[in-house]
Amino acid sequence: MIRFRMDVPGELEAKMDEVITHYPVKRSAVLPLLHLVQQHFRHINDAAVTWVANKLGLEPIQVLEVVTFYPGFRQSAPGKYHIRVCRTLSCAMAGSYELMESLCKTANIDRSHVDHHHPIAVSPDGKYSIEFAECLASCGTGPVCMVEDDFHEAVAPEKAAELLGKYQ
Amino acid sequence: MSVESVQYLPGKQPHARERRLTFRNVDRAGFDPSIECYLRDGGYEQLHKAVTMERQAIINEVKASGLRGRGGAGFPTGVKWGFIPPTNTKPVYLICNADESEPGTFKDRYIMHQDPHQLVEGMVISCFAVKASLAYIYIREEFPEAAKILEKALDEARAKNFLGKNILGSGYDLEIYIHRGAGAYICGEETGLIESLEGKRPYPRIKPPYFPAALGLYMCPTIVNNVESLCHVKHIIAMGGAEYAKLGTPNNTGTRILCVSGDVQRPGYFEVEVGKVTMGEVINDMCGGMKSGRTLKAIIPGGSSAKVLRADEKFKLKDGRELGIMDIPMDFDTMAACGSMAGSGGVIIMDDSRSMSWVLNNLNAFYAHESCGQCTPCREGSLWMKKISDRIVAGNASPSDVDELERLANNIEGRTICAFGEACSWPTQSFVQKFREEMKAGTKSEIEDRIVAGETELAAAGLVG
Ligand SMILES: Cc1cc2nc3c(=O)[nH]c(=O)nc-3n(C[C@H](O)[C@H](O)[C@H](O)COP(=O)(O)O)c2cc1C
Ligand code: SF4
Ligand code: FES
Repeated sequence: MIRFRMDVPGELEAKMDEVITHYPVKRSAVLPLLHLVQQHFRHINDAAVTWVANKLGLEPIQVLEVVTFYPGFRQSAPGKYHIRVCRTLSCAMAGSYELMESLCKTANIDRSHVDHHHPIAVSPDGKYSIEFAECLASCGTGPVCMVEDDFHEAVAPEKAAELLGKYQ
Repeated sequence: MSVESVQYLPGKQPHARERRLTFRNVDRAGFDPSIECYLRDGGYEQLHKAVTMERQAIINEVKASGLRGRGGAGFPTGVKWGFIPPTNTKPVYLICNADESEPGTFKDRYIMHQDPHQLVEGMVISCFAVKASLAYIYIREEFPEAAKILEKALDEARAKNFLGKNILGSGYDLEIYIHRGAGAYICGEETGLIESLEGKRPYPRIKPPYFPAALGLYMCPTIVNNVESLCHVKHIIAMGGAEYAKLGTPNNTGTRILCVSGDVQRPGYFEVEVGKVTMGEVINDMCGGMKSGRTLKAIIPGGSSAKVLRADEKFKLKDGRELGIMDIPMDFDTMAACGSMAGSGGVIIMDDSRSMSWVLNNLNAFYAHESCGQCTPCREGSLWMKKISDRIVAGNASPSDVDELERLANNIEGRTICAFGEACSWPTQSFVQKFREEMKAGTKSEIEDRIVAGETELAAAGLVG
């Protein structure tokens, strides 16, 4: 068996231990633990999957199947700033595809290889990564996007450079 | 605390036709999400009142109010609460559905960002009524800010003993935790949500037997309610069920938030008495009409899953009335009688500049991406419909592709584990039925001729029969 090593800082593990107490059944803590892992390491690799499984007394596959299902979990590293542009109808009518194009052009990102299983494209300098997200529940102020945890509304495609300028 | 004394931020005044209950504090001048602000405004008074009431009396008030769920299905909240088996000895759970991911819907986000304690108060009262001592707020991952605000609100409520042990001396204990999703629409479906909360893939469960009120989280009775629904509970306690039921129209009581997006002058949210305003009033009075020089073409009236309405349709009701699209009152029953649904309150307006093939393709891409994959008709059908509409938009489809779309959708509806099957079929069925000619106009009959020619050649060579 391949043994995976992962260094989880004590502070992070303490947070995990606290979260586990929120549930009568340990397995429920899979999503919150994966969120903590992803926040800290930026993505979730095989070592992390095994580590979380051990922590919760699960088989690694029970964690891996969760990671691979949910679009919110990433198995490879994104850019320093990860961008999500809303793709769905109201935003598309307001110009979100144009916004996507304009952001990619500004950040020099090539999305030609993107598909359902590999939705994220990263800029050559690693500074930005981008993907489409489905309706972000702000359809009245489209096009909308998220940069990391920040939410931006009514982002006109011509404002792409201005937006990226805030994230250096 | 009369309504008149409430001031709103400049440019954010509610429309004169609005009746603000759950959105009373949204965009309110001088209002912030802290508990101090909420308490100054009479916050948690209804909780004080509720914990002195009999549990059944609270459920009866909610039943009397006629409140119907605001998450999409419009099921009566009090009736749902009554489904917990009377002989139950297992723990009861309550889950607030804060997944808000039906395209076109943007209301729960504002409650959580601007008035989190209203939700907490509504939840604690509801938990008390159904005897839940552990509850979760299942919030979509794309609401990180709201999750933080709610986390703080829960801490504040705990510090004031509105949560925790022996709440307000009533002997009742309750904990509420936040649980974040991870970007999957199907987590909004209540049984998918429950699986997700159990740490698994959010594969919906089949009903029967898995009605959450009987067999929910950890196979225990579980009440799942939408954010807006739970907020209404607070107002029902304040007003009394019978008084609340005077708002709105019979069987469509109370207020609800309409979220309008698309091709209108002023998109936005409006809390109105259910059924007291018409579609025309929403578009022309509240949203300032269509964008200049444009005319109305189509409306999706209740979130992306609701069947589209065509601008020139006439809707014949059972009572003999005939309505045009602008005459439809915004309520559950009339919208259903017009062949669509009021759903989640998300109203998407499209003008004459929009290609209906393009619109349908955008929605098909959504459903193809979000199908959980458990049921073959939904998994294969949603992707297949997307591929066909891709072709139509690209101008590479044959006329029969348009009919094929409808056939596919008809074969998904009613043949799946969860209502996503309907959600993904209804747009295709309704767009094709109502805009068939337009969709066929962009197709090429030579493509079909070529297929037929190919088959003829094969037949001539004796390769097919
Ligand atoms: C595919 C699908 C997605 C759904 N998404 C949501 C959602 O995002 N938010 C929500 O409150 N209800 C959603 N629902 C409805 C829930 O299953 C459930 O009916 C609702 O949360 C019950 O609360 P209510 O009775 O207060 O409306 C969805 C249903 C389906 C079939
Ligand atoms: S209908 Fe679709 S989303 Fe629902 S369980 Fe079946 S495959 Fe999953
Ligand atoms: S469509 Fe973009 S936020 Fe809803």
